[in-house]
Amino acid sequence: MSNKLIEIKDLSASIDGKQILKGINLTVNEGEVHAIMGPNGSGKSTLGYVLSGRDGYDVDGGSVSYAGNDLIDMAPEERAREGLFLAFQYPVEIPGVNNTYFLRAAFNELRKHRGEEEMDAVDFLGVVKEKMKLLELPDGMMKRSVNEGFSGGEKKRNEIFQMAVLDPKLSVLDETDSGLDIDALKIVANGVNALRKPDNASIVITHYQRLLDYIVPDFVHVLSDGRIIKSGGKELALELEEKGYDWITNGEAVAA
Amino acid sequence: MTTETQNPIEPCLAAHEKFADTADGPGWLSDLRRTGITHFTELGFPTLKQEEWIFTNVRPIQEHSFLPATKPTSSIPAVDDLFFSELSGSRLVFVDGHLSHALSKFADVPEGAIVTNLASALETHPELVEKHLARYAKTDESGYSALNTAFIQDGAFIYLPKGKVIDEPIQLLYVSTDGDSNTATLRNLVVAEPTSSCKVIESYQSAGEHAFFTNAVTEIRVDESANVEHCKFQDQNEESFHIATIQAQLAKACNFTSHSISTGSRIARNNINLVMNGEGIECTLNGLYIVGGKQVVDHHTLADHAMPHCNSHEHYHGVLGDRSRGVFNGKIFVREDAQKTDAKQSSRAIVLTDGATVNAKPQLEIFADDVKCTHGATVGQLNSEAVFYCRSRGIDEASARRLLTHAFAGEIIERISIEPVRERLEELLWDRLEELIEQ
Repeated sequence: MSNKLIEIKDLSASIDGKQILKGINLTVNEGEVHAIMGPNGSGKSTLGYVLSGRDGYDVDGGSVSYAGNDLIDMAPEERAREGLFLAFQYPVEIPGVNNTYFLRAAFNELRKHRGEEEMDAVDFLGVVKEKMKLLELPDGMMKRSVNEGFSGGEKKRNEIFQMAVLDPKLSVLDETDSGLDIDALKIVANGVNALRKPDNASIVITHYQRLLDYIVPDFVHVLSDGRIIKSGGKELALELEEKGYDWITNGEAVAA
Repeated sequence: MTTETQNPIEPCLAAHEKFADTADGPGWLSDLRRTGITHFTELGFPTLKQEEWIFTNVRPIQEHSFLPATKPTSSIPAVDDLFFSELSGSRLVFVDGHLSHALSKFADVPEGAIVTNLASALETHPELVEKHLARYAKTDESGYSALNTAFIQDGAFIYLPKGKVIDEPIQLLYVSTDGDSNTATLRNLVVAEPTSSCKVIESYQSAGEHAFFTNAVTEIRVDESANVEHCKFQDQNEESFHIATIQAQLAKACNFTSHSISTGSRIARNNINLVMNGEGIECTLNGLYIVGGKQVVDHHTLADHAMPHCNSHEHYHGVLGDRSRGVFNGKIFVREDAQKTDAKQSSRAIVLTDGATVNAKPQLEIFADDVKCTHGATVGQLNSEAVFYCRSRGIDEASARRLLTHAFAGEIIERISIEPVRERLEELLWDRLEELIEQ
């Protein structure tokens, strides 16, 4: 029997007074991978941002319980320290901040939070080396500024690399497949798969089924107009791929 | 007070009369000084009505009685902490505008090269000085440059004959004290003949706490395929005033880099003018200012593209706290013949408080049709997406802001090729930024 990692109940959220999420219910247990699929504008990315605590997203109702805490009350950094990780759809460039330095700062924040000693640069390099191989990152990337001048594929690999180093309990991957060619997609997916453990979990947000050939989910949920309108196993993704989103969203319209 | 009724230029004119009678130097120099005072008489001090000065009010400078000191001071301030100490090259120390032999150190230079002060060069190499002095900077750019010319006495003199290279950066340290004089007039001249190369650091610092006025003009001539990196660091006390011009005269296929790092004084004005008189010139202008209190830092740059295939790239960053003010005015001329010009200009400023302001004004005048010119000016807060990105990785908001502010300044510092300078500035500016962020 696995433990509940996150329990989202009737979550509604808005941006600038416009309601985007209209009652999401989702429970993710340790060891599970959930895919959230849906057409553009259905609220997929909003869900990711609400979970990570981004400013400008107002939670209007419902609750999110994460590892026994009320997630909504926590600052973004507290969520991260408690093991929540968002892999950004558009990773932010931070000129002037060295990639290794940045990651070590984050890594040590998490260690401090767990009551562990901070790790020095030399030991940290050991941790990093191993994970770099996993994501097939060139050495040079660690000496550059965070995401600055990285190609689209490099940025996404860097996100999963950060995830590998920070070792989160719950990862939310926001359209990690967008803009990736098939080789980069495989590298990223291999990385994510290698990080799967019995006591962690992932929510994979994607528009296309393609990524799910490589990261095989336990559950697939279809998000439309701020609600999960259908849930199923991995075969649901294939069905969506074949029939398109209209099949399901129209179905809902008919039913309503 | 007499200054209320008197024309503010009167005391300067009177001082010049006395100075002209006693000043050393050959006849041509006396003529040059006279030209300077004539221009000054016509121009007077700049006012807010003049286009080049609309953002910076220099009245506070006139409220003091700053008179050029014509005699060297006897004081020997403690300067050890003011050097970039890991550098082993020549160090020239100017105290209140005059070379201090006691504090200076002259390293060996390649045959024919000269690293000395202007007053000495006028005695040892008068023809060379005459050939170059005041040939590049305009005497009538403003009342201040006219005044500088009128009181020419000392400064640095660096000369590199064809093909000579001075590897170790040359440090020029300008220190002001609370001694007898409250004004320094500095005239620096750097001449780099074809394929020669050098790095020059101009560092302006205060050893005293009183108000002090620095009026500096640096003329730099970079000949064909020569390479000059010029790094100016201006860090004077908050009572002081600093008006300076760097005039670079650039020839075919040369390479010129200017860094202007300013933590300011009460008012600091830096004019940096590039004249590109040959093809294939590469120039880079980097600037960083970090100010607080009621400080004003004003950078006026001019990239004059007269010939084809030249690149000029400008990157200016400012961090402002309290009620400080920043000005960036970037002029780019692309003349009719200057096809294939690549001119980039970017000015970005972060204001940490509501009271801090920045005036940024790009000014592009393009007369050629096959050119690439871009400019961008932003003034604002830290990028909120970047702050969130840091927080989403476990870094708290205050630390994220600190990290991003330091990185913003670091982007300019890392462009300096001289490692000890870069490291020392990083340390010093880190502390300065911490003070601003804390407030």
